[in-house]
Amino acid sequence: MAHAATSPALYGLLAEFDSAQALLDAAKQVHASGYTKADAFSPLPIHGLAEALGFHERRISPLVLCGGIVGALAGYGLEYWTQVIAYPMNIGGRPFHSWVAFIPPAFETTILFSAFTAGLSMLAMNGLPQPYHPVFNAKRFARASQDAYFLVIEAADPRFDLEQTGAFLAGLHAREVVTLDE
Amino acid sequence: MNESQYPEGDFRAPLPLIGPGQNARTITDKLTSVVLTPHTPLAWFVVMGIGFTLVMALMVSITYLFAKGIGIWGTNIPVGWAFPIINFVWWIGIGHAGTLISAILLLFKQDWRNSINRFAEAMTLFAVACAAIFPVIHTGRPWLAAYWLFPYPNTMTIWPNFRSPLIWDVFAVSTYGLVSALFWFIGLIPDLATFRDKTESPILQRVYGMLALGWRGSAKHWARYEHAFLLLAGISTPLVLSVHTVVSFDFAVGIIPGWHATIFPPYFVAGAIYAGFAMVLTLAIPLRVLYGLQDYITMRHLENMGKIMLVTGLVVIYGYSCEAFFAWYSGNPYERFMMYNRIIGGPYNWAYWVLLLCNFLVPQIMWSKRMRRNVWALFTAAMFVNVGMWLERFVIIVTSLHRDFLPSSWEMYRPTIWDFSTFFGTVGLFITLMFLFVRVLPMISVFEMRTLVPDARVKSPEGGAH
Amino acid sequence: MNLSDIRNRLAGLEGRAYWRSLEELADTPAFNEYLHREFPANATEFTDPAGRRQFLKLMGASLALAGVSACTRQPEEKLVPYVQQPENVVPGRPLFFATAMPIGGRGMPLLAENHMGRPTKLEGNPDHPASLGATDVLAQASVLTLYDPDRSRTILYRGEVKTWASFTSALPLALGPLRTTGGAGLRLLTEPISSPSLLDQIDTLLAAFPQAKWHQWDPVYGAVQGGAPAAEALYRFDRADVVVTLDADVLTFGPAAVRYTKDFSSRRRIGTPQDELNRLYAIEPVATLTGANADHRLAVKAREVYGIAAALASAVGLSGVTGASASGEAAKFVAAVADDLKAHRGTSVVVAGDTQPAAVHAIARAINDALGNTGATVTYAAPLVASPLDGGASLAELVKDMQAGSVDVLLIIGSNPVFTAPADLDFKSALDKVKTRIHLGLYYDETAEQCHWHVPEAHYLESWGDVRAFDGTVSLIQPLIAPLYDGRAAIEVIASANGVGGQSTMDLVKAYWTRAFSGQTKTAWTLHDRQGRAFPTVDQFWRHALHDGFVASTSWLAGTAAAPATPAGTLPTAAPATASATGIEIIFRPDPYLLDGRNANNGWLQELPRPLSKVTWDNVAYISANTADRYHVPIWRDGNGEQPLMEIKYQGRSVTLPVWVLPGTADDVVVVILGGGREKSGRVGTGVGHNVFGLRTSNALWFDGGADLTPTGKGYYISSTQNHFLMEGRHPVRVVDAEEYRRTPAVVAELGREVPKPEDSLYPVHEYKGHRWGMAIDLNACTGCGTCIVACVAENNIAVVGKMQVAKTREMHWLRVDTYFEGDPASPSGVYHQPVPCQQCENAPCEVVCPVAATSHSDEGLNDMVYNRCVGTRYCSNNCPYKVRRFNFFLYSDFSTPELWAQRNPDVTIRSRGVMEKCTYCVQRINLARIDAKTEERPIRDGEIKTACEQVCPADAIVFGDLNDPASRVVKLKAQQRNYGLLEDLGTRPRTSYLAKVKNPNPALG
Repeated sequence: MAHAATSPALYGLLAEFDSAQALLDAAKQVHASGYTKADAFSPLPIHGLAEALGFHERRISPLVLCGGIVGALAGYGLEYWTQVIAYPMNIGGRPFHSWVAFIPPAFETTILFSAFTAGLSMLAMNGLPQPYHPVFNAKRFARASQDAYFLVIEAADPRFDLEQTGAFLAGLHAREVVTLDE
Repeated sequence: MNESQYPEGDFRAPLPLIGPGQNARTITDKLTSVVLTPHTPLAWFVVMGIGFTLVMALMVSITYLFAKGIGIWGTNIPVGWAFPIINFVWWIGIGHAGTLISAILLLFKQDWRNSINRFAEAMTLFAVACAAIFPVIHTGRPWLAAYWLFPYPNTMTIWPNFRSPLIWDVFAVSTYGLVSALFWFIGLIPDLATFRDKTESPILQRVYGMLALGWRGSAKHWARYEHAFLLLAGISTPLVLSVHTVVSFDFAVGIIPGWHATIFPPYFVAGAIYAGFAMVLTLAIPLRVLYGLQDYITMRHLENMGKIMLVTGLVVIYGYSCEAFFAWYSGNPYERFMMYNRIIGGPYNWAYWVLLLCNFLVPQIMWSKRMRRNVWALFTAAMFVNVGMWLERFVIIVTSLHRDFLPSSWEMYRPTIWDFSTFFGTVGLFITLMFLFVRVLPMISVFEMRTLVPDARVKSPEGGAH
Repeated sequence: MNLSDIRNRLAGLEGRAYWRSLEELADTPAFNEYLHREFPANATEFTDPAGRRQFLKLMGASLALAGVSACTRQPEEKLVPYVQQPENVVPGRPLFFATAMPIGGRGMPLLAENHMGRPTKLEGNPDHPASLGATDVLAQASVLTLYDPDRSRTILYRGEVKTWASFTSALPLALGPLRTTGGAGLRLLTEPISSPSLLDQIDTLLAAFPQAKWHQWDPVYGAVQGGAPAAEALYRFDRADVVVTLDADVLTFGPAAVRYTKDFSSRRRIGTPQDELNRLYAIEPVATLTGANADHRLAVKAREVYGIAAALASAVGLSGVTGASASGEAAKFVAAVADDLKAHRGTSVVVAGDTQPAAVHAIARAINDALGNTGATVTYAAPLVASPLDGGASLAELVKDMQAGSVDVLLIIGSNPVFTAPADLDFKSALDKVKTRIHLGLYYDETAEQCHWHVPEAHYLESWGDVRAFDGTVSLIQPLIAPLYDGRAAIEVIASANGVGGQSTMDLVKAYWTRAFSGQTKTAWTLHDRQGRAFPTVDQFWRHALHDGFVASTSWLAGTAAAPATPAGTLPTAAPATASATGIEIIFRPDPYLLDGRNANNGWLQELPRPLSKVTWDNVAYISANTADRYHVPIWRDGNGEQPLMEIKYQGRSVTLPVWVLPGTADDVVVVILGGGREKSGRVGTGVGHNVFGLRTSNALWFDGGADLTPTGKGYYISSTQNHFLMEGRHPVRVVDAEEYRRTPAVVAELGREVPKPEDSLYPVHEYKGHRWGMAIDLNACTGCGTCIVACVAENNIAVVGKMQVAKTREMHWLRVDTYFEGDPASPSGVYHQPVPCQQCENAPCEVVCPVAATSHSDEGLNDMVYNRCVGTRYCSNNCPYKVRRFNFFLYSDFSTPELWAQRNPDVTIRSRGVMEKCTYCVQRINLARIDAKTEERPIRDGEIKTACEQVCPADAIVFGDLNDPASRVVKLKAQQRNYGLLEDLGTRPRTSYLAKVKNPNPALG
């Protein structure tokens, strides 16, 4: 794990683990030892991994609720405005405000808005799309989307120290630890 | 996958969800190789050839239709709707299985869905695409219908009539299409990342790389991803139920005996799922053989789908019996005559009996475990259901319309060659889209399959196996 | 300077040059002199609107006539109505002119609607006793024939195009040699003629050629079997309590049918349950609308009618009647009828049909005389048409002469004998022996093809003339437009034979009446106005007659003139002989609309469903259910499809016809419908149906025994607009017996299911202030004649779709007449008709489901259809329980034939492909009335708006009006206990409602 002085800025250290279990255990250790700017990478969702790294976030649900409400109002509003205000017509003797008939479209707009809020807000919060990320510089990281498990501690972390952190990661039975450039 | 309480070799023992000796690598290699291989199986070309020929037939039919008018069909007065609307409902129904598998089974934590949800969702999209063709081309002036049906004021500032179930359809189906596409794409992202990292070809790397949006499997991303995915599933569930409910309103809101029935929404939804699973089986059974995916789409999957077919089929039959009972119990002469005309006295009663054969009798073989585990039996039953569900819509639409209130306006309906060419054209379109998808995208969700292998299971912080 | 001079001046000039020349022309003194010569009187008529109209229109017509005949290839250029704008023509406002349609020698009085010089629609003449405002189907459709692009356009001599001038010069040359022999070789063949002016010309001709012979032939109106009746009967059904018809379709057949229907229905439109109805007994072999409207009907063979009539005669107490034969059911029937007749002396009438031999007419007359009906409910008069026809006899005589080669010049006026002559005469080969054959006809038809000269005939809307209505009323024919195709009237041809060819038709007609006014004509006319006052001057008489369209005093019904007396009737000495009294009886009937095929090229008529059978675009053979059973012919069918083809053999000749089971037809009878299989008709009519004239012989023009039916095993596609004739216990038509209705009027309501109350709805009820249009249709008056359908077609520019589209029930008629049979199809106990237009539901199921709001309610409650907005989902039609919506599956409207453009009603949109259409309650007429009322600052009067179907209905069965006006007729009708809404149990709240049919059966017949 030598690195040249002329090399670009250091992003962090990348450790590879053999199994999901090993990664999860390592993550717990990293969090326990006070590292805050750490992240784990796995080819499949691992239950509790994010929490192990101290990540607790539930911001999407309320957004989706708002999306749904907006959708409902938009849908019914459109119907009410067009059928009662903009161009009222006597259709088959029904009142202009045939609220019973207005329910299905409003329901669908509710679904539409909330669904897209869910999907798009997830991508947005994850900062996707993001074509470039330092982890991609690691040769073996291609396996992260197939069958390999990785853990990164960023150089930006206040407790980061190249030597100690490297040793610490190695101590977590990491198969290999490499440095990542920005 | 609980341990078997059955003695070794007992056929009653539950089958495994995934073949023996599979791990993340083998799964990844196998499932990606299907797409990334330069060698396309001959069978693929054969099927594509058939599908594409039919697409050409569709093009010819639609061109001629636009040139001449819908008079080229057998549609008449009183039977103002026939093949186009039958096909529309049929296709939409088929779509429902995809959403059901990916959404509802996810909510119920049915991990056996993992190997079939991806192409079931694709099936949904393509079925909706085929369905969406018909409401437009069946109109007298499609060049206007194409956009006047959307909430848009014409030059006289007239807006659509939101009291019409057709407008509800427009909202329901377009919402359904969009949400399904979103759901499908989000599910694809991690696998696209896998393809990006697996392929050697720089072009494919770029293409898949773009689509993968730079996914890198970060734990935080996974957390939000799963959260959003669960929400989407939760949202899609009422959606999928609402779509066929609204489609059933096209008829239930009508005044025609045989249409005007309160049982329609639940019975249409059940029918949709029924037809959908039949179509999933119709696709899954040949595909798993064609691409040697028996380890991933196991007999267990097929058997489960067989069970669902059996259950939903029974719900549909319940719907039929309700229709008949209501017609009799209402004491309404029009309703009673409609049923008599549909089942016994009418010139189209053959359709009803064939329908019962397809949707009621044949699927009963699913009661037998042996049959459920016999690929041929499953495939045959599925084919019968495909036909049966089409006939169901024929019975509902045509036999109800051709003899309604005033005997003086009773008339027969006879489809023309163009009715058939248009219908089979969309079948071809469906096949074509399906096989293009199989060729360029993972037909089985790779990352979700990974979660099924033993070493994917970790002891959660709270302890205990997950 | 006459017409031909003008034409010579214009010869060679075309396009713009021609216009200039017209103006120049108008300034020449010669032309002014010409005009003044033509209208010596009208010059002083600018104070009188009618006269001014005549003058200006004629000036325009004359100029157009003069100028444009140069170019026949672009008829629209001929439609130049005016050279200067008459001040009383407001663009967009139609003018109405009185005229009349000659048919079968009688006149159907009309008011022609004229839009900027284009006649577009014909209505009945409300003042005329023969119309009272209504017309028949043929009159309605005749306006389409006027514009028919296939009408003959040029004078042809041996296939070469010639001019009128060359014809007028050739005719004297042909006739010249004959003068030496007193015209021994001259023959004139016409249809029945009652036109005084034309008869006068013919008399002149026959005077000049004393040896010449005049023959008449009309296969429909002129043909009688077994001797022509000595007298013509004139019935007063409004005075008759009991009517008995002997094979007589008085309610639909012939030009008298309109007035007869008016009178008959006036006795069926009861106001209260207590009102008395008349009672109709029908004895007939063929299911007719008269029989369908009968309270009791007896189906017998045509050749048995005499026996029944004789039995009836002796049953009412006449002695010395021979050949009476009535057994079993017939005997019971006759007895009951006789009692009923005897109970109604002086208020009953027995009617003998035109297709029955003179003997039957004599018996009917004898019964009427005996019961004192003569003079009260029936008048017997000398035949109206000159030299009455004796069936084929007149024609047979002509053919004999032709075969003998003794005919040098044959002048055929408006008849098509080559196609319609009896088969045994072999007219065609005889015609070849005639040296000079001249034909005048609307079409270049089968006969024209065999003639040396063919002269295109002017449509009656293109020329001047006169005709007498069935009641003798002299009715004037005035042109509504210059001849489109350079046609000539019969009077012009005869006149040029008389050497006065130069004169216009107006000259000729007016000349006759000028002489008639001063009593210089052979027939002495009493010419008074409606108040019975004599006219001071001939001009005032002429102007008045033109304005009214008829001379009131000449009517035997309404006027002062008495019908010419006839010798008293005598009982026949023996039953009429038929060639063979055994075997299957063959009966010939004209197609009710195509007649003998002369109307074959009229798409409206081809597509108009035939009464009772609803067959379109074909002529079939009707048989009874029992007969069908014998040959394994299905009685009902699920939908349009093939009908079995059967070979009908008679007297060694045979034709193959599709058979159709018509309940009510007598057993062992095959009814062969004429009018199909035209070989030279036009783009519409050629080759439609089968030619059956090959079976018709001169001694059995209407019926005879000894026919033979053999199935061919082949099928033939028949398109009908209705295929299910049973009510399935749903009572769309509610029928009650008079007695029952009198006792418990609620019985009508009880026939329907419970009607949901408006309050039951989740939604509030929509209020309609101002007008609330509605309609009531009296099913007791409706005879099912279908005139309303064709009137609707003419008014609303409804497209013709053709046989194979009708086969898919895609006909476009906005109004249909449903027919239902009751009881055993072998002998139906009832036949009911129901006109079904859009019901204009207040809670319209069609509107709610339209995704683009293309159909919605006006604030007067009309169910409007917005063609521009319609995208054609057909959801509205599916959801319409009445199935009255019609869809343009293809581009049905003819946008490509310019001749037809002129016929269209400019107030109604022409619908294009892919849009839905339907009855609008004639919204254009509502709006016209609204504008009038506004400009005159008054409310719209009740009855001011008449929908096309209402206006034309001979039975006055349809009434339209404002439901918010408590005084309106429609409100009063809807207040009756007979009133009910069709399918109102669905909660659609239809604005159109029906008045139940009330039958008046004779208790004695159970």
